[in-house]
Amino acid sequence: MTEEIIISGFGGQGVLSMGKILAYAGLMNDLEVTWMPAYGPEQRGGTANVTVILSDKPISSPVLDTYDTAVVLNQQSLDKFEPKVKPGGLLIYDAYGIHRRPVRTDITVREIPAMDAAVEMGNSKTYNMIVLGAILGMKPVVDVDAVLRGLKKTLPERHHNLLPLNEQAIRRGIALTK
Amino acid sequence: MKGNEALAHAAIRYGADGYFGYPITPQSEVLETLEELMPWDTTGMVVLQAESELAAINMVYGGAACGNAVFTSSSSPGVSLKQEGISYIAAGELPALIINVMRGGPGLGTIQPSQADYFQATKGGGHGDYRLITLAPATVQEMADFVALGFDLAFKYRTPAIILADGIVGQMMEKVVLPPQRPRRTPEQIAEQCPWAITGKPASRQRNIMTTLELMPQAMEEINVRLQEKYRIIEDNEVRFATYGLDDCDYLIVAFGSIARISQKAIEIAREQGVKIGLLRPITLWPFPSAEIERLAARVKGIMVVELNAGQMIEDVRLACHDSVPVYHFGRLGGIVPNPQEVLDSFFNHFPQN
Repeated sequence: MTEEIIISGFGGQGVLSMGKILAYAGLMNDLEVTWMPAYGPEQRGGTANVTVILSDKPISSPVLDTYDTAVVLNQQSLDKFEPKVKPGGLLIYDAYGIHRRPVRTDITVREIPAMDAAVEMGNSKTYNMIVLGAILGMKPVVDVDAVLRGLKKTLPERHHNLLPLNEQAIRRGIALTK
Repeated sequence: MKGNEALAHAAIRYGADGYFGYPITPQSEVLETLEELMPWDTTGMVVLQAESELAAINMVYGGAACGNAVFTSSSSPGVSLKQEGISYIAAGELPALIINVMRGGPGLGTIQPSQADYFQATKGGGHGDYRLITLAPATVQEMADFVALGFDLAFKYRTPAIILADGIVGQMMEKVVLPPQRPRRTPEQIAEQCPWAITGKPASRQRNIMTTLELMPQAMEEINVRLQEKYRIIEDNEVRFATYGLDDCDYLIVAFGSIARISQKAIEIAREQGVKIGLLRPITLWPFPSAEIERLAARVKGIMVVELNAGQMIEDVRLACHDSVPVYHFGRLGGIVPNPQEVLDSFFNHFPQN
């Protein structure tokens, strides 16, 4: 099993954190993992993205050209990564802020109203955890328990009071895909 | 964890005595992680943010002269500033570890990954006839492992070693198994293991004087000859490299660091198409695996060297194989990282398959 994932959006949307939690969850499921951020100027207002690879075999390149799953959270990301999803792959997007929808028919395209759900939950900061839940709902490459432990590992201890809210958001994201 | 974090953890666990650095992207996590781990409270290791790169490398010079296991880290422009000190440390035959997490240059350049300091590290970025044992990690695990390897080689040969990493392996996160914690050496152990070090003069021996100045050319030549003899011993004994798919290959890719892994993915794709390429990844850039490349050149149709620069290691590859086969270069510059498909496209461009 090898799952090559790109998560892309605006800097500040929690893209890198989502990837980090996925990577830690992979680690806890005894998988090989790489987490490769596009960092630097791209974090400052532009598009930030992270490539996460989960595999039961040693991973060669941490940098990829095509992906099994692309999660795109703004228009630039959709334009850039829709063509790079492997045939038969998965594209997850939130229609919030999107004016040109995906057009490919040889891949699974799934719209997740994560921003609406975050507003419903009364905390827009749960946005990335809802998206993370949606990824797990569509592609259960790691188990939810490992993700929750990954979340605990990446969240600074002073914010551990927010763990239940984040867990709720992840479960909401999973529910959105059912 | 990140490659930069692995460096910091590994150095503490090695029992290093001191770190002297100055922050610069993309390696600032080394200093940050050390400060977060506060080893001065546990092992007694010194962590000091110097006022400049020049100060940092000269603190390393001083620490090493006293037999301590000391290191510094920086990124390309910062390592340029350290070259004078590195030349002095090499001339003084002192063990020290230098880390360069390379970014795109020349000049202040960019903060994105690069491998354009190959010449600087392997050919001597400072003045004079000296060499640095140059280790090129490709994984976060190797970032951790090469700290101990670098220190051990530096002490074994009394010569500085450098970990020449690129921004990718510094910034990416992977699984890593850290070595067990070793105790720092006591002053008595240092005095015993490093009889050359400045540790206070006992009645039993003459003073140890640390200087790199020798005005008599005859004596200076003798020092140089001794250095060169040491470098030949290192070349005979410390060449390290990793390989992939060499058994049945018709072509060879030579690449180091992260780009070797990107090239390996390109090779995996090529093999699915029936084109057999092998990979040689030098782990020591100096001493360079020349003999292995010469041996492989005799049985492949061509070689492609892939680097994040305009063509630096390719010179050593061509020297190794005496241009007995076509040797081409593929590189991206200034912080751009190619993906596996770009590497493969370049390969097919140089070696058309019909």
